[in-house]
Amino acid sequence: MRLRLVPQETKIDFFGKTKLSLGFSGLMVVLSVVFFFVQGLNFGIDFRGGTTIRTESAQTVEVGAYRTAIEPLNLGDVSITEVFDPNFDDDQNVTMIRIQAQDGQEAVTADVIRNVEVALQGVAPDITFVSVESVGPKVSGELIQTAVIAVLLAIGAVLVYIWLRFEWQFAVGAVAALVHDVVLTIGVFSIVQIRFDLAIIAALLTIVGYSLNDTVVVFDRVRENLRKFKKLELKEVLNLSINETLARTMMTSVTTLLALIALFVLGGDVIRGFVFAMIWGVVVGTYSSVFVASTVLLKLGVKRDWSKPDATVGNQFSNIDA
Amino acid sequence: MLQIDLWKRVLIWSLCALGLIMALPNGFYPRVEAHNDATASLEAGFSGNGLEEQAAMWPNWMPSALVNLGLDLRGGAHLLAEVQVEDVYETRIKALWPEVRNLLRAERATVGTIRLQPSDVSELRVKISNRDAIQEAATLVRGLAQPVVSLTGAGTTDLVVTTEGDEIVVTLSDAEKLATDERTVQQALEIIRRRIDEVGTREPTIQRQGADRILIQVPGIGSASELKDIIGTTAQLTFNPVVGRAGSADAAAGAGNEVVPSLDEEGVYYILESAHVVSGEELVDAQPSFDQNGRPAVSFRFNPSGARKFGDYTAENIGSPFAIVLDSEVISAPVIQSHIPGGSGIITGNFSVEESTNLAVLLRAGALPAGLNFLEERTIGPELGQDSIEAGRIACIVAFAGVLVFMFLSYGTFGLFANIALIINVGLIFGLLSMVGATLTLPGIAGIVLTIGMAVDANVLVFERIREEVKAGRGPARAIDLGYEKALSAIVDANITTFITAVILFAMGSGPVRGFAITLGLGILTSVFTAIYVTRLIVVMWFERRRPKTLEV
Repeated sequence: MRLRLVPQETKIDFFGKTKLSLGFSGLMVVLSVVFFFVQGLNFGIDFRGGTTIRTESAQTVEVGAYRTAIEPLNLGDVSITEVFDPNFDDDQNVTMIRIQAQDGQEAVTADVIRNVEVALQGVAPDITFVSVESVGPKVSGELIQTAVIAVLLAIGAVLVYIWLRFEWQFAVGAVAALVHDVVLTIGVFSIVQIRFDLAIIAALLTIVGYSLNDTVVVFDRVRENLRKFKKLELKEVLNLSINETLARTMMTSVTTLLALIALFVLGGDVIRGFVFAMIWGVVVGTYSSVFVASTVLLKLGVKRDWSKPDATVGNQFSNIDA
Repeated sequence: MLQIDLWKRVLIWSLCALGLIMALPNGFYPRVEAHNDATASLEAGFSGNGLEEQAAMWPNWMPSALVNLGLDLRGGAHLLAEVQVEDVYETRIKALWPEVRNLLRAERATVGTIRLQPSDVSELRVKISNRDAIQEAATLVRGLAQPVVSLTGAGTTDLVVTTEGDEIVVTLSDAEKLATDERTVQQALEIIRRRIDEVGTREPTIQRQGADRILIQVPGIGSASELKDIIGTTAQLTFNPVVGRAGSADAAAGAGNEVVPSLDEEGVYYILESAHVVSGEELVDAQPSFDQNGRPAVSFRFNPSGARKFGDYTAENIGSPFAIVLDSEVISAPVIQSHIPGGSGIITGNFSVEESTNLAVLLRAGALPAGLNFLEERTIGPELGQDSIEAGRIACIVAFAGVLVFMFLSYGTFGLFANIALIINVGLIFGLLSMVGATLTLPGIAGIVLTIGMAVDANVLVFERIREEVKAGRGPARAIDLGYEKALSAIVDANITTFITAVILFAMGSGPVRGFAITLGLGILTSVFTAIYVTRLIVVMWFERRRPKTLEV
C-alpha cells in the first residue's frame, strides 16, 4: 500500500473563487506592507551597525542584572535577550546582547567591547563570550544596498528567463507570485520581530528559487496542455494542469518541509531565524504558485495558437471570463 | 527505448565513484586533518614528534582534500579593514617640496623668492614673489611629473600643476591616485599576509575586496582584537638623533624637530630631529632575545647600506643619546657607548616576552604603507562552532532519514532507487566541495539540508509522470521512457531558475551567505545529475533484470 498525499485523480476547481484568493493575497500583502512601515523590521547588526555579544555562563541569567551592569557605560540602545534551545546543556545559559552603533564612529572600537566584557564579568564571574561581532555603519549601509540589489536582480533575471522560455504572461504571473512571497516573508518578520540579518536575505532568495521551482513546474504543464487541448478554455487548462501536478507539488513540499523542520528543531538557535524564513517561504511559495501565479496568468490570458500568429480566436482578450 | 550505452553506464558510475572517493576523507575529518598537517610539516623539513605516525594515519594514495570549515563552524576571527589610501597621497605630496624648492631656487632670477603656503594635505601650494613669471614657474614644476606606471593610466603623468594668482598648486593626478591606491592596497595585503604567516595559523584567508578593502579571516585565533594586534600596528621603526627632553607635548621643538612621547614613561617627551638616521625598512632581520640582564629584548640587523649609516652615525656621536622610535613613540633613548660597526644591535625596553616576540614579527614583516580602518570584526568561539556542527550533523541525519522513509513509503521500489540516488547526491556534494576547496559554513549546512529535501523533486517529477503514463495504459518500458522524456523540460526549467538565484547569491553575498550559495548551487547540479542519469540508470538496470509486466510506481 502506497502512501499518497493526494488522491490519484483530483478535480479541484482552483479558480472557482479567484476573487476570494486574490483578495486574500492582496490583503496579506497590504498587511505586510503596513506592518513593515509601522513596525519596521528588527534589523540585525549586519544592516544597522553595532555589536552583538553572545555570552555563556553556568549561572542562571538575570537579564536585569546584566542590564544594570552595562547601563553605566552609556552605550545607548542595548538589548539583552536570553536564548533558549533544546540543544543546550542544563548549565548552559546563553544570552545575546546587542549594542547600537556608537555615534560618530565608523570603525568599531575594541574599548567598548572590553568595557562590556569587564562589566559582565562583575555579574557572572564564569561568563564567556562565545562570539563577538561588530559591524560599522558604513558597511551595514552597503550591505542593505547589496541585499536589495541581489533580490531585485534575482527577480529580474528570473523574469527574463521565463519570458524567454514561455510567454510574457507567464513571466508576469511568476514574478507576481515571487513578489507576493518576498513581501509576505518580510511581513511576517515584521510582525513577529525575528532578527532580520544577512542570512535572511539568503533565505529570501532561496524562497524566490523555491517558489519559482513550483511555479515553473505548473507552467511547464500548462504549456504542454495548451498545445495538447487546443480547444479547451484557458481556465480548464490551468485547472487540469494544477490538478495533474498537484501530487508532485505536495510531495516536494512535504519532503522539503520535513528536512527544514528537522533543521528548525535540531539545528541550533543560530540559524533558527533563517530556517523559519525558509519554512514560511515553502508554504507561501506553494500557495502562491497555484493561487497567485496561475490566477494572474488566467487574468492576463495567453496567446493560444502558435501556428497562426494573428488568429482572432485565442487572442488574449477572448479568454477573460471574469 | 530503454537503452543506455555501455560507455555511458561506465561514465556515470565512475563519476559517482570519483565523487564518493573525494568525499570520503570528510568522514574521518580529524584523522585526515592530522595527516595533512603532518605531511606538510614533513615536507617542510621537520621530523620527529610523532609526525611520521600522524602522517601514516591516512594512506597517502587516498585523496586527502577536505571541505574547509568556515569561521562560524571552526571559530576564529574575521576582520574587514579599509586601507586609508589617502595617507599615501599626503606623503607623496610632502616629499615633493624639497624637489620643487630646489628647482625654483635655481631660477630665482625669474620667479623671485618662493614660499611654501599652508594648504590642504592633498596639495602643495607654493607662492612666488614675481607674479608675472607664474606660468614659467608652473611649466618648470610640470617638468617634474613622471609618466604613470599602470595599465589604465598609460599616457598620463602623475602630477597636476595649476596656478592660482601667484601660487602654484601641485596635486596628484587621478590616474596617479588610482595607481597609488592599487600599489598601496597590494602592499598592505602582502604585509598583512606576511605578518599572519609569521604567527603561523592555519589556512588564513586574506583577500582584497573592492578597491580599498581587505578581508582577513583567521580560523582558530582567540579574538578579533588579538588579530588586530598582529596586523594593526603600523610598526614604523626609526632611529632619530635626540635633541633634548621635554615635560609636555607642547614644548617648543624648533625647526626640523618634533616632540615625541615616551612609550612607557608617562609625561616624558623627547625632542628629536625629524630626519631619521636609519629606518625599519633597512632591517633584514629581527629576533626576540634577551639583554645582558636577562630581560626580554629584540635584536636586529641592518642591510649593508643601513649598517653603514648606522655605523657612521654611532662613530660620530659617541656619548650622545639617540632614540629608537616605533610608531611615533620613543621605545628607548640610550646613549651611544661606542661605535657600532656591524649593523646589528639590540632594542631594550620594558617588554614582556610576548611583546618582544610580537615586535620582532612586526619589524621583520615591514611597515604597513597606510593606516587601516576596521569596518567589521567578528569573533566566533570554537565551542559555538562545534555546537553548530553537532546540531547541523544531527539535523542532517534526521532530515535524511525522514526523506528516505517518506520516499520509500510513497514510491516503493522506485522510492528506494531515488533514495540510493539521494545518498550518492549528498556524497557528491561533499566530494565537489572538497575538490573545489569550498568553505562549508553554517548556512551552507542549511543549504545541504534544503538540498536533501529538494533533491528528490526531480525524481518525484519523473515518478509522477511515469504514474500518469501507466494510468494512460502504456506498457512499463514505454511509461518509464516517456516519464523521463516528458519530465525533462520541467526539471531543467525549474532547476535553472533556482540555479540563477544561487549564482546571484554567490556573486552578491559574502562569507556565510556565499557558503550557502555554493552548497545550494552544487546541490542543484548534483541533484539534476543523479535524477537524470543515476536514478534512470538504476531503473533501467532493474528493468533489464526483472522485465516486469506491470509497473508499480
